[in-house]
Amino acid sequence: MILDAHRPARAAAPAAALPPALSVRGLRAYYRVSHFGIRREVRAVDDISLEIGRNEIYGLAGESSSGKSTLIRTIAGAIRPPLYRVDGSVTFDFPGLGRRAIYEMTPAERAAIRWGHLSYIMQASMSVLNPVRRVRHSFRDFAFRHMARPEPAFWQAVERHLERLHLPAAVLGAYPHELSGGMRQRVVIALATICRPDFVIADEPTTALDVVVQKDVLAMIREVQRAMGSSVLFVTHDIAVHANLTDRLGIMYAGRLVEEGPTRALLAAPRHPYTRHLIASLPRIGDRTPKAGLGGSPPNLAAPPPGCRFHPRCPIAMAICREVVPPMEMAAPGHRVACHAASGAAP
Amino acid sequence: MTPPLLELRGVGRSFGGGAFARRRVRAVADVSFALSAERPEILAIIGESGSGKTTLARMILRDLSPSEGSIRFGGRDLAGIRGRRERLAFMRQVQPIFQNPFEAFNPLKRVDRYLFAAAARFARAATREDAEAQAEGALRQVGLSLAEVKGRFPHELSGGQLQRIAIARALIPQPALIVADEPVSMIDASLRMTVTNLFRDLRDRLGVSILYITHDLATAYYVSDRILIMRKGAVVESGEAAEVLTAPRHPYAQLLKDSVLSIDGARPDAALPATALP
Repeated sequence: MILDAHRPARAAAPAAALPPALSVRGLRAYYRVSHFGIRREVRAVDDISLEIGRNEIYGLAGESSSGKSTLIRTIAGAIRPPLYRVDGSVTFDFPGLGRRAIYEMTPAERAAIRWGHLSYIMQASMSVLNPVRRVRHSFRDFAFRHMARPEPAFWQAVERHLERLHLPAAVLGAYPHELSGGMRQRVVIALATICRPDFVIADEPTTALDVVVQKDVLAMIREVQRAMGSSVLFVTHDIAVHANLTDRLGIMYAGRLVEEGPTRALLAAPRHPYTRHLIASLPRIGDRTPKAGLGGSPPNLAAPPPGCRFHPRCPIAMAICREVVPPMEMAAPGHRVACHAASGAAP
Repeated sequence: MTPPLLELRGVGRSFGGGAFARRRVRAVADVSFALSAERPEILAIIGESGSGKTTLARMILRDLSPSEGSIRFGGRDLAGIRGRRERLAFMRQVQPIFQNPFEAFNPLKRVDRYLFAAAARFARAATREDAEAQAEGALRQVGLSLAEVKGRFPHELSGGQLQRIAIARALIPQPALIVADEPVSMIDASLRMTVTNLFRDLRDRLGVSILYITHDLATAYYVSDRILIMRKGAVVESGEAAEVLTAPRHPYAQLLKDSVLSIDGARPDAALPATALP
């Protein structure tokens, strides 16, 4: 096995030495809407449990409407109606601060851990930075309050941080529109990591970038994570990005986690039929063998199919798949899969 | 000898430069290529954002006129097309497919109406039955049926279905050329292959040539016969897809290829050296 040979301890037992940085238990988050008396419930996150270790980059992959954005919003505690957390818990363990259950905190307590302990890198860098103010002001608006130090010391820290990220201090004087997309995204990363957060959530931070720039931005994320020793929850639909960045990978389908394992082991030997299809259908340079698309469409989460949500599109569906929801089961050390056909059996 | 299906000679396009504009931007500069009329093919145009690929597509669709050079379709210069009849005849031959299927369709309009309108306008369908037959035929080509689509609004269909309906709509006039601008970048990976396979199928079965505009090298390699790499409005490398992408010669083409993240045996530390930072 090639089980992450360069980081064996973490891959094999992420939670052995220290408590996990994040543990999510049985989380359910639904959108509840009511139009003209007709109630609709969209089960965007349905019974998800996962743990993310310290100093680990955990990748979350899934297609549009698989619920990955809803999941990270619920984990960050940044939900508002019509999205409701229905059940389950989200607990962070911040070094120096201790355990914090997001849904047992007051809004003020939640606001207090933002930036300093928990921060968020978003996809649309243009809409994070205030378009009519220089980058300098965005730094002051977001980070000054959390850094709790006098202004000269604050600006010194900002410049030191930019230097660490190989960004020229001149970006502080620029307006967002004067910077390229890649530069803007780097500024947003610098902004999100200025307070050296323990936990960083990154939502498709490189999706809007060109391949050449994407590679540099990913290298930067990796470097920042290494330097700070923080944990990162990295969300993207792009499997190739996960292959090159994340330590562990979770695959979502229709609101559920269907497979999870060390990234390289999972990509080398996927067990869930959906993951297998996803990886087999990736086009590669140098390979022109015909690849089949997956029939059918992703399910409507307002009326998800019973049993395994993948069964209408699954090539190996059995009778039990239509009735019983497959539980997440350990298929190999550190490798969990939710499939009646795949759990236990070798691929 | 029959003239090429599509021929571009030294095509360029600049924006701005009016009395109050500070500078003139050259979006496309000196692009020349041709598509053969005898042998249908898929030509991929690859480039980063701002490389001019969409501007080029708009010029080929007659949505913009070139500021330099000429574009000929079937030997006829596009600049010479005048009047409704000639315009319709051109649109019958060259059809677009856009990037975001959710934006291409009006959310308040049933999608089948696009198919019927295309049938009435381009395929001379005089009656409702005729239009439905045309729509049904085109939907069959993309693996759908009218029963699945009839009366549905865009939000009731998935991105993959909508994109296939967009392709079916483009097929109704029986075009010789389809200009597809980033047709798969907004749809999910599990459905992406369905659409790219469809392009191959259209080329082989219906003899439709396709201009496949994308920034994704891997799907371009998978689906196209020839490739054109653009940067800052100019073509930096072109040739057979397999040749250009396995052994690129231009430094930018090499950089582009090296930047493609591979999933095979990728090692986070090796693939992303810290020295890649500026």
